[in-house]
Amino acid sequence: MFGYLLKRLAYTVPVTFAVTVVCFLLVHIAPGDPLNAVAPADAPAEVVEALKAAYGFDRPLPVQYAKWLGRAVNGDLGRSVASGRPVSGEVLSAVGNTLLLAVVGGAAGFLGGTLLGCLAGYFHKTRIDRLASALSVAGVSVPHYWLGLLLTIIFSAQLNWLPAMGAGPGGSRDWAWDLAHTRHLVLPAITLSVIPMGIITRTIRALVAELLSQEFVHALRAKGLRHGQVFAHVVKNAAPTALAVMGLQLGYLIGGSILVETVFAWPGTGFLLNTAIFQRDLPLLQGTILVLCLVFVALNLLVDLIQPIIDPRMRRN
Amino acid sequence: MSLVLHKPAADRGGPAQPLLIVGGLRKHFPIRGGLLGRNRGAVHAVDGVGFQVGKGEILGVVGESGCGKSTMARLLARLIEPDGGEVIFDGDGVGAADGISIRDLRRDLQLVFQDSFASLNPRMTIEDSVAFGPRIQGLSAAEAMRVAHDMLGRVGLEPSRFGGRYPHELSGGQRQRVNIARTLATRPRLVILDEAVSALDKSVQAQVLNLLLDLKAELNLTYIFISHDLNVVQYISDRVLVMYLGQVVEIGPVDSLYRDARHPYTRALLSAVPSVDPERRTRHSPLTGDPPSPVNPPPGCRFRQRCPHARAVCAAALPEPVEIAPGHRAACFMADPASGYDSSPTEGGR
Amino acid sequence: MSVTGLATSSPAPLAASAVRSHGYWSGVGRRILRDPVTVGCGAILLLIAAAAVLAPWILPADPYRTSMLHRLAPLGSAGHLLGADELGRDMVARLVYGGRLSLMLGTLPVALAFVIGGAIGVLAGFAGGWLNMVIMRSLDVFYAFPSVLLAVAISGALGSGMSNSIIALTVVFVPQISRVAESVTTQVRGLDYVEAARMSGASAFTIIRAHVLGNVMGPIFVYATGLVSVSMILGSGLSFLGLGVKPPEPEWGLMLTTLRSAIYVNPLVAALPGAMIFVTSMCFNLMADGIRSAMDMKA
Repeated sequence: MFGYLLKRLAYTVPVTFAVTVVCFLLVHIAPGDPLNAVAPADAPAEVVEALKAAYGFDRPLPVQYAKWLGRAVNGDLGRSVASGRPVSGEVLSAVGNTLLLAVVGGAAGFLGGTLLGCLAGYFHKTRIDRLASALSVAGVSVPHYWLGLLLTIIFSAQLNWLPAMGAGPGGSRDWAWDLAHTRHLVLPAITLSVIPMGIITRTIRALVAELLSQEFVHALRAKGLRHGQVFAHVVKNAAPTALAVMGLQLGYLIGGSILVETVFAWPGTGFLLNTAIFQRDLPLLQGTILVLCLVFVALNLLVDLIQPIIDPRMRRN
Repeated sequence: MSLVLHKPAADRGGPAQPLLIVGGLRKHFPIRGGLLGRNRGAVHAVDGVGFQVGKGEILGVVGESGCGKSTMARLLARLIEPDGGEVIFDGDGVGAADGISIRDLRRDLQLVFQDSFASLNPRMTIEDSVAFGPRIQGLSAAEAMRVAHDMLGRVGLEPSRFGGRYPHELSGGQRQRVNIARTLATRPRLVILDEAVSALDKSVQAQVLNLLLDLKAELNLTYIFISHDLNVVQYISDRVLVMYLGQVVEIGPVDSLYRDARHPYTRALLSAVPSVDPERRTRHSPLTGDPPSPVNPPPGCRFRQRCPHARAVCAAALPEPVEIAPGHRAACFMADPASGYDSSPTEGGR
Repeated sequence: MSVTGLATSSPAPLAASAVRSHGYWSGVGRRILRDPVTVGCGAILLLIAAAAVLAPWILPADPYRTSMLHRLAPLGSAGHLLGADELGRDMVARLVYGGRLSLMLGTLPVALAFVIGGAIGVLAGFAGGWLNMVIMRSLDVFYAFPSVLLAVAISGALGSGMSNSIIALTVVFVPQISRVAESVTTQVRGLDYVEAARMSGASAFTIIRAHVLGNVMGPIFVYATGLVSVSMILGSGLSFLGLGVKPPEPEWGLMLTTLRSAIYVNPLVAALPGAMIFVTSMCFNLMADGIRSAMDMKA
């Protein structure tokens, strides 16, 4: 057990290192000069040279990487070319908003998925199962950016119940736990919950259906346990796998919310990324991707470390 | 006749040359663990095994599961590389500079596995499976198919009825017949049967055993027959080799060994064989406990922890095989008058 | 299906087997045809694909012709059955033509990744040892990126355009397919029939071709079919973000974004392209499920 934890931790080191390399190189596989975003096309040669030196683009790549990494470790991700503000500050406030959206959306998806999955698994091969399965297929098949648009059309444009854009009244970027802000959270969170809902439903349905057909369940029934009591045993056995799947899904939501954030103009990392790409703001692009990946790697690590705690089968070895 | 197209390799060494001589064969599987994959020991799967197999002979190999029988079969076929020891096939050293290459060895030596289903490609018809080997050996597609049909006929599967079927459409006994046909289609001289009949029903087992005996006579084969079933081994073998934890503990002609076993392990095995004779019914299991772990075994006789006759001398050194009767040898100090084994009752022995 | 080519190249006189039973794939085919959901979804997809391919011959309207007069014409207006978009282009024509690029975004990256990732995975799985470790550990790096982020990052770096979207999506799927291919190949490699093939002296290449590929293709294929809908949603999503197909090409994701301004004026027309993506990706998912269950049924 201790060996496993240590191994898993040690494995994170090279992966994290590789992630920084990929993030750094990503900007350099881009066609064209990274300077094009900063300097006007008709800038005189000496200005271009001066800018190159100022951004460090004149040095060899490994040197640039080492300098960039050295600064990044100290929390300095450079300055945004477009806004001139430090990238780290912009990313951090955006990461908070993204995490909020992902956690709320993920929790909604997890609850809905667990409910549907248990129903489908318990009433295996009945009409209820087919309905729940259809909902789950729809959940993983729906383009969520379109769903977001549909929700906006219905609840904002037509019914005028909920706001369509932003995280708070008056274009507020900072979150607060009040009704006005929460109203802004409803539609994006529902939109984001659909994919994990579909996947969790599938996972739980398969788990529950399989567990119910196993011998220990027959034994429990033979012992005279009531349906509810039997089901409690099944849920206990299904929980570790379901939680592990959910943990991974949460990671995907953090990276995957870019489309939803764009639809709802949610001031998170996805929105930031979108801005960075279209303004060719390379430091911002690099910094946002790096931070998102690190969060993702950390989440995966957390899932793997927690799993043996909730799953007794993993505690051996 | 298709066999005109396709002959086994010639007998090179003459009838007196043993077909296979094995000496000091050794395979240790390292166990890696910990953070940096440190070596934490090794499974001594096969540890210094030596024996001979004469031409046209059937050598039975018995032992509990995990004693290294299957590893030995794979070592002889060179599906895994040995760590040490030598194997001489019909007078030629296997893999030696002036000997026989692994490729040529595989032409002469074939393996039949226990799991008849896993031994056949589920996506190939059985005639294609049987024809695969001859095709690899350079026969044309038509020739290979003729060999395949000939072999299927010899194992009792009408090629026109069975040739186009897939493995899952056959019974276990039929599949094992296909495996035998596939093995023999490359015209080997030595066939290693690794628990080849163990998964079959008793009645089917008998049919397949008789088929094996017929084919051996027809095609001039030599068998190494590995099994944990002592009745089957007694029925089919000329000589029997008993393995315990990667080592040979006793070897000898089948009658001599079954009548007069000298190693306590062999005796325990034989007395554990179920008998229908009420006079010979066993009342208690002669072997207690599981075999000790083959990881880093201690020095001395490997059987001594389970042996009722163990003495101090057994922990001191590994007993060498000694000849008890012509061709019958046992690796036990009790069989060796010169070993200093004290046959007085145990107290104070260890 | 004769994997070896033994019986196919020259039919041996004896090979006239009276009972040539059905192979694995024909069994799978029969089971798929017996499943109404899979058949129905296949029919819908075929219809969409055929319409997209045959569009110039079956459609009177030009998907590029703009008309200020018909801007955001509602559903059912004269000459525009499904209305017109923000530049007055006919929606029927644009939705049908849009199938071309959208279907390509769904299938092409998966097909490319199937070939590349399949080859990498089978190689790694069959080789085993240190080569396997080097390959699989390098691919692990890609797993540190959530797939949407990876696709967006690569497209963002390469710049917008259809081919860059396809490259980005292929890069996203290669590690996933490789991992599946590696694990099934590792399983097959350890089976007795592969050892038996080695015993007959066959080369590694022959063993892979005759004994491994036929047995690993199925699971890899099933996994890949499940990715088609993901690829389509992601590909159209890239266009939706402005990172994929460029205007004025008709593509469902791009149409969805250009029609966003119309959600207050003509919401039904604005929602149409997304509905197409939804229906198509749902059909791909249901079909993938049908194929999976048809192939899992082993005798």
